[in-house]
Amino acid sequence: MFEYDPVLYSRLLTTLTLAFHVIFATIGVGIPLMIAIAEWMGIKRNDPHYTLMARRWARGFVVTVAVGVVTGTAIGLQLSLLWPNFMRAAGHTIGLPMFMETFAFFFEAIFLGIYLYTWDRFKSKLKHFLLVIPIVIGATASAFFITTVNSFMNAPQGFTLVDGILTDVSPLAAMFNPATPTKISHVIITCYLTSAFILGAIAAFHILKGNKHVYHKKALHLTMVAAAVFAVGTAVIGDFSGKYLHEHQPEKLAAAEWHFETESEAPLILGGFLTEENEVKYALQIPYALSILAGNSPDTVVIGLNDFPQDELPPLWIHYMFDLMVFIGMYLAAVSAFFIFINWTNKWNAFNRPMLWAVVAGGPLSMLAIEAGWIFAEVGRQPWILNQVMTVAEGATTSPHVDIMLYVFIALYAVLGATCIIVLRRMFQSNPVEHELEKLGISHDTHRKIN
Amino acid sequence: MSYEVVGITVLWTFLYGYLIVASIDFGAGFFSYYSKRTNKNHIIHNIIQRYLSPVWEVTNVFLVFFFIGIVGFFPDTAYYYGTALLIPGSVAIILIAVRGSYYAFATYGAKESRLYSFLYGATGLLIPASLSTVLTISEGGYVSLEDGYVSLLYRELFTSTYSWGVVVLSIVSVLFISASFLTYYASRAKDENALQLLRKYALTWSFPSILAGIIVFFLLRQQNYEHYQNMLDIWWVFGISLASFGVAAYLIWKKRNYGTAFVLVMIQYFSAFFGYGVSHFPYLLYPYLTIYDGFTNESMALALIIAFIAGLFLLIPSLFLLMKLFLFDADYVEGKK
Ligand code: HDD
Ligand code: HEM
Ligand code: HEM
Repeated sequence: MFEYDPVLYSRLLTTLTLAFHVIFATIGVGIPLMIAIAEWMGIKRNDPHYTLMARRWARGFVVTVAVGVVTGTAIGLQLSLLWPNFMRAAGHTIGLPMFMETFAFFFEAIFLGIYLYTWDRFKSKLKHFLLVIPIVIGATASAFFITTVNSFMNAPQGFTLVDGILTDVSPLAAMFNPATPTKISHVIITCYLTSAFILGAIAAFHILKGNKHVYHKKALHLTMVAAAVFAVGTAVIGDFSGKYLHEHQPEKLAAAEWHFETESEAPLILGGFLTEENEVKYALQIPYALSILAGNSPDTVVIGLNDFPQDELPPLWIHYMFDLMVFIGMYLAAVSAFFIFINWTNKWNAFNRPMLWAVVAGGPLSMLAIEAGWIFAEVGRQPWILNQVMTVAEGATTSPHVDIMLYVFIALYAVLGATCIIVLRRMFQSNPVEHELEKLGISHDTHRKIN
Repeated sequence: MSYEVVGITVLWTFLYGYLIVASIDFGAGFFSYYSKRTNKNHIIHNIIQRYLSPVWEVTNVFLVFFFIGIVGFFPDTAYYYGTALLIPGSVAIILIAVRGSYYAFATYGAKESRLYSFLYGATGLLIPASLSTVLTISEGGYVSLEDGYVSLLYRELFTSTYSWGVVVLSIVSVLFISASFLTYYASRAKDENALQLLRKYALTWSFPSILAGIIVFFLLRQQNYEHYQNMLDIWWVFGISLASFGVAAYLIWKKRNYGTAFVLVMIQYFSAFFGYGVSHFPYLLYPYLTIYDGFTNESMALALIIAFIAGLFLLIPSLFLLMKLFLFDADYVEGKK
């Protein structure tokens, strides 16, 4: 099919592993927070339903963590195996956060082990709750550290390049580069958002299947309130990310928006097609919106694609990735806000079927937004692996066997993914909530109003 | 001490940590599978589960710490080893992936499955075999460097007695370390049946492990004479190793002081591992790469060391808490909690 090119295969294999890892990584960052919230509610309201919620979520979480850990180990090693030149350069400048990330892993892994096996070991429930806090911190810190590495790739700084050799290195400057604030906050909050929606989708699905227990309603309400908060945060921070791009990576923003001519009062383009002559067809144009996204006012001049060297432009199809992400972001915000609203007005039944289906759809969609966002961000950096410093081709391995490895890893992830789903389903189907509530002697109170 | 030496000492210490905790884990997987095959699983299953369940993820982080840390301190290793190890490294990734996930699937997924426990047992032996080839390669003679193009010489690697010797050594060591720890754990749990069986395993693998060590020592003579000479210069370190082994095996045989015996096994491997490391010094990859030419810049080195010390303040109390709850809490170990 293709002529063998180690660079191409390295890119494909990296994409494959990261796209698979990020599913579990996102869950791994977000779910601990949701578990903590549920356990806290259980203590505060003295409601065993919430405690059980935390317990069941934690049980499912272990399985996804396992896959997250092993795929993370894979990507960690693959970075050195597939991008040895890049890692040699990166090790000199950005090795610090990567190293610190392993401490975050340690911290999280240790407390996760303790947390899981000490549910009934302490007299005070609060003591057990305290154990979840280091897990939340560890998980979020690992996302923080690894995302600084990715920010560095987008906005490298903290060194001087003399004849291809990095000197004058300042690890902290490299870590806290211009991309760091928006990137980190956007990544972390979208992890929370996605996790809340996935848990919400599961609860909604149970109710749709005719499960009337109030446990599921409480779960849905809790996750939707959290999701609404995170969705608003995501949109706000996403807006800041756009401003970051405008200042530091204008070519990425222009490519995402098919913005060719440098101008002020630039419109935002949604969907559409690009003709051979680079004309935009069938797109929805929102006047001034791009200028506002870039600089908060219609007068902002946005640099167009024509003003960049043509061989340094990323592929233009990332436009669709950007649109997909933003569209899903709006959808998630709308669904969660609407749910809370009708539940609050007390006039309508918030648990009606269309509403529930909309929430169910939000689960997979939020994960899709994560994937789309990353593909947009990473492909949008092309052809650079270190923006303006090193190209992807310079960073790659020269090994002759990357293609075989690609096929082997496709098979591996297919098997892991499938087994993971089977195991999770079996785990919860063989032990439904009702069952467990009965065993714990908690009443079947289906009528109490939840709030 | 120079930054280089601090860096490699930190990394080597964590690799030693991985050697011990991972060996316990890998060996436990194998024993668990083997005893299932011989219908003795019910005897040791509980012991193994009680120890492994809370700690398996921590074990993995030791490895991650090592390979991320080495790229931080010695970025050039990414270049040399990264290019050479694409295939063996990927094989190791796959084995680790299969092992970690299937362990979780089998343990938390509620249902017993023969396939899961087979995968779990088999990978326990294959992972040490594949990881140990990295140490083999570091001795030199298996990597070629032509026009700046690094490649691994598979024929040399697969036909070398030294490399196979290291593989055997790593496997029997895993089994010995694991069995001697689990013997201790069973004795703390006051589980007589498990203790008897595990003690038998420990004694079975004790002499093979020391024998393999001695054989590899002499095979190294042909592979890398310089390294062999350096090892002879510090023969007393290996003497300590041998003596610790002798006392440990004696104690296990006499059915007493299993805890002391395990500490002695740890000393046995500590002295051998550091003796090996010190005599390998200063090469990271003989003869191409030493710790001096592969080292990161000063400011990064300092930052990494500060981060490391700060990290230890976090890590040591947490590890202590973990051990206190699951290793030294007699009620937990005995299954009363
Ligand atoms: C649930 C997922 C999700 C949702 C709903 C959104 N995003 Fe996003 N976005 C991501 C998930 C994501 C991400 C996967 O986390 C990315 C990829 C790389 C990164 O830094 O974050 C990202 C990157 C990213 C970037 C590029 C940053 C860079 O390359 O440095 C921009 C400009 C935005 N986003 C803007 C938005 C806007 C305006 C949204 C409107 C609501 C939005 N995102 C919703
Ligand atoms: C986890 C979510 C991520 C996803 C889904 C993702 C996706 C991608 C994609 C699609 C590419 C290929 C771009 C192309 O070749 O056209 C890529 C490349 C790459 N990414 Fe990411 N990325 C993620 C996070 C990261 C992070 C956090 C880092 C930093 C450590 C990183 C480092 C790399 C490297 C080194 C490459 C190869 C060079 C390149 O093609 O630019 N990625 N990633
Ligand atoms: C190139 C980029 C990445 C690398 C090198 C990487 C590396 C790793 C490694 C080595 C692990 C296993 C840790 C262990 O043994 O416990 C891991 C797990 C994890 N990674 Fe990644 N990762 C990358 C991208 C990401 C991204 C983008 C995120 C978050 C947004 C992330 C979040 C996590 C989390 C939370 C875990 C732990 C799973 C858990 O224990 O819950 N990673 N990663």
